[in-house]
Amino acid sequence: MPTIFVNKERVDISSNVPGDTPLLWILRDYLSMTGTKYGCGIAVCGACTVWIEGQPGRSCATTLASIKTGAEITTIEGAKTKEVAAVQAAWEKLDVPQCGYCQSGQVMAAAALLAKKKRPTDGDIDEAMTGNLCRCAAYPRIRAAIKEASKALG
Amino acid sequence: MNKPRIENVSRRGFLRAGGALSAGLVLGVHVPAYAQAGAAAKPATAGAVFEPNAFVKIGADNTVTVVSKHLEMGQGTYTGLATIVADELDAAWGQVRVEGAPADASRFNNLLWGPAQGTGGSTAIANSWEQLRKAGAAARAMLVATAAQRWNVPAASITVKDGVVTHAASNRKATFGELAAAAASQPVPSEIRLKDPKDFVYIGRHVPRVDSKAKSNGTAIFTQDVKLPGMVTAVVAHPPRFGAKVASFDASAVQGIVGVRQVVEIPSGVAVLANNFWSAKTGRDALKVQWDEGAAYKGSSADIIAAFRKAAEQPGAVAKSEGDAAKAIAGAARVLEAAYEFPYLAHAAMEPMNCVIRIADDDTIEVWNGEQMQTGDQFALAKFFGVTPEKVKINMLFAGGSFGRRANPAADYLLECASIALVLARKDQRNVPVKLVWTREDDMRAGYYRPAFFHTLKAGLDANGNIVGWQHRLVGQSIATGTPFESGMVKDGVDATSVEGASNLPYAVPAIHVDLHSPKLPVPVLWWRSVGSTHTAFSTETFIDELAAAAKKDPVEFRRALLGKHPRHLAVMELAAKEAGWGKPLAPGKAGEKRGRGIAVHESFSSYVAQVVEVTVKADSTFRVDRVVCAVDCGIAVNPDNVRAQMEGGIGYGLSAALSGAITLKDGIVEQSNFHDYPALRINEAPRIDVHIVPSAAAPTGVGEPGTPVVAPALANAIFAATGKRLRSLPLKLA
Repeated sequence: MPTIFVNKERVDISSNVPGDTPLLWILRDYLSMTGTKYGCGIAVCGACTVWIEGQPGRSCATTLASIKTGAEITTIEGAKTKEVAAVQAAWEKLDVPQCGYCQSGQVMAAAALLAKKKRPTDGDIDEAMTGNLCRCAAYPRIRAAIKEASKALG
Repeated sequence: MNKPRIENVSRRGFLRAGGALSAGLVLGVHVPAYAQAGAAAKPATAGAVFEPNAFVKIGADNTVTVVSKHLEMGQGTYTGLATIVADELDAAWGQVRVEGAPADASRFNNLLWGPAQGTGGSTAIANSWEQLRKAGAAARAMLVATAAQRWNVPAASITVKDGVVTHAASNRKATFGELAAAAASQPVPSEIRLKDPKDFVYIGRHVPRVDSKAKSNGTAIFTQDVKLPGMVTAVVAHPPRFGAKVASFDASAVQGIVGVRQVVEIPSGVAVLANNFWSAKTGRDALKVQWDEGAAYKGSSADIIAAFRKAAEQPGAVAKSEGDAAKAIAGAARVLEAAYEFPYLAHAAMEPMNCVIRIADDDTIEVWNGEQMQTGDQFALAKFFGVTPEKVKINMLFAGGSFGRRANPAADYLLECASIALVLARKDQRNVPVKLVWTREDDMRAGYYRPAFFHTLKAGLDANGNIVGWQHRLVGQSIATGTPFESGMVKDGVDATSVEGASNLPYAVPAIHVDLHSPKLPVPVLWWRSVGSTHTAFSTETFIDELAAAAKKDPVEFRRALLGKHPRHLAVMELAAKEAGWGKPLAPGKAGEKRGRGIAVHESFSSYVAQVVEVTVKADSTFRVDRVVCAVDCGIAVNPDNVRAQMEGGIGYGLSAALSGAITLKDGIVEQSNFHDYPALRINEAPRIDVHIVPSAAAPTGVGEPGTPVVAPALANAIFAATGKRLRSLPLKLA
């Protein structure tokens, strides 16, 4: 029986949950954490971005079987780091979201970038965020808000 | 059917985990608060004691709830509509909430659509402007009258600011909440005085979006997130070709898949119903379906465009004819001709299509959907179920983008879900909510595309470089034909949505002839952000650029001379040109790179947009858009920052199509399936965008769509400026 930690809470998953079930659907359908979104199912849009052992990962293409026992998963519901707070504040200040469907993934990716790199360059932002599609094309504001959050983090 | 059993997650998890998480684990039916509210069809305003009209509710707790008759699908509609009410009401922005209206065209019809409720054509603000100003002003007048009576002072001596009603002379104050209950018994004023625009407190200034917080912390609820007690998730096997049907299917491989509950045949395919999405999808993928392809369409994009090209050799239905364009061109000193190709385009909203439908015991049909066309969908579902439209209750949730896709007269995904719910009802399984979830692949291959088009343009110049005649022929499927919109939109064989932007060419030409062929094809088509302008802005604005070059005139100067009767086109063009530094040399690129600047100007949905694109073309013929300078005249900019956001987003959406958007068919099969083969703009390709708003006192017009069609022609013109090459086929490829 696989055991994972989701937002620091222990979750034991019954062995009758198929091993090919993507983490995304464990979160959404079994744990009712719907902040993480389904967009493509093949890890090309980033709407499902969560942190797996602290690193941004695509939950839609991470099968249950591939997650090592005891792994720490962090979703938008449980992401409470100072980088997340700064990103969310900047997102609100600049009114980044339009339809908003991709934004949980954007926030998780942006906060992970800032945790790694306090003062990201445009090149760093491109590298970290190019995997996260936004069909509303809120990109100018995503870029500006990451810089805003970086500034706020001091 | 079995009772919902959640056995996939161990009870030990429940015992060990704490709090809300465990409730989710053990029940598997944790219902987000918003969805629960939706289920009760009475969202969040139970405490309202003063409802002076359909759009304003004020509670004793001092909250002001603005009822939005329009969908929030990203365009800032909820914020903009609330801004209009709050301004006339003089509410404090912090006390304002927004909730989606129920489906009821008698109260919530789109005033620009007649008797129908719905969101589209960039009309939300435009049609609501006066209605919501009056709604806010009426509520304010009733609150003032209540205070005047209570304090026994003349109403004229009372002021309202930031949600506080004040009588300064006696230093008395009251909040809206304190006055609300008594205000409810005031007569609704018959004459309503609206503010002098100079007194606006929110309109034209910065108001933060009402949904930014929930959309930044994952709590915003979309249809995809709705979870109701006993709900089943449906994933459907669809035919690979348009027009094919189920011949037979073998579900034996589906037996035993954990979580699958049943398999049902419906007109559009075979649905697998399960406790969760992954089980349903696994079951769907395991189905073996034999398709009856007797009526299946097996054409290819190349054949379609070839047929369109052939059709364009013959005259079509006349959309506009003034003067004798053919004769004028025959006598011209110089004649230019060009042909343009536009592929099908998918909307590809981030949230793939989905909905939830539940049939109650009393035949009420309850729907949860990112609902863009309430009245049409109500009628479609009512007809399908054989009930009256009032029996169809629609909960309007946020849509994760739509761009027109959720406003489908054919109600395709709703009827698919309805078909499943009906099968269950006939098996005595009423009250089971059915959540239809399309995978990205289902969504991309389901049709309802921006129609493919082929255009020819022909114009004559006299010896001085003046246009003497203009002929424009368009070939492409009609969107409105065969829908309830046909009677209003199709006249004498011309679908207005096919020729908008072409038949109303703003340039002064002495003779013009625009005609249209509307071939019928089994590929379903639909409006796609800015509709006809998605292709007409491209052909007209790149062709006018060709004529300018042929006349050896600067593109801005050439247009300026022809826009004398269109001051708003002219003003946005001049503003964009000025802000872009038009006429000054661009900074050179690196060695081997060529840079260019191009302009386009276009009106759509009564808003005027001009854009200047700066492009860098590399030695390998790839190119990148460096900057877009955009000028917009949308009348009064209710929320200027949101106007900027919509121009940014509209440009990004248009650039996706310009750079890579194409749905193609091969032997009837849609060749694309997901974002790897239908790429969309990403942040590393997103240009800097500078938006400038023309100050205006005119009534506001829309901004959701008008930014989209202008960028592709401005880019093509920039590529010409850089390379001397004219691109006339979308998406734009130099190599």
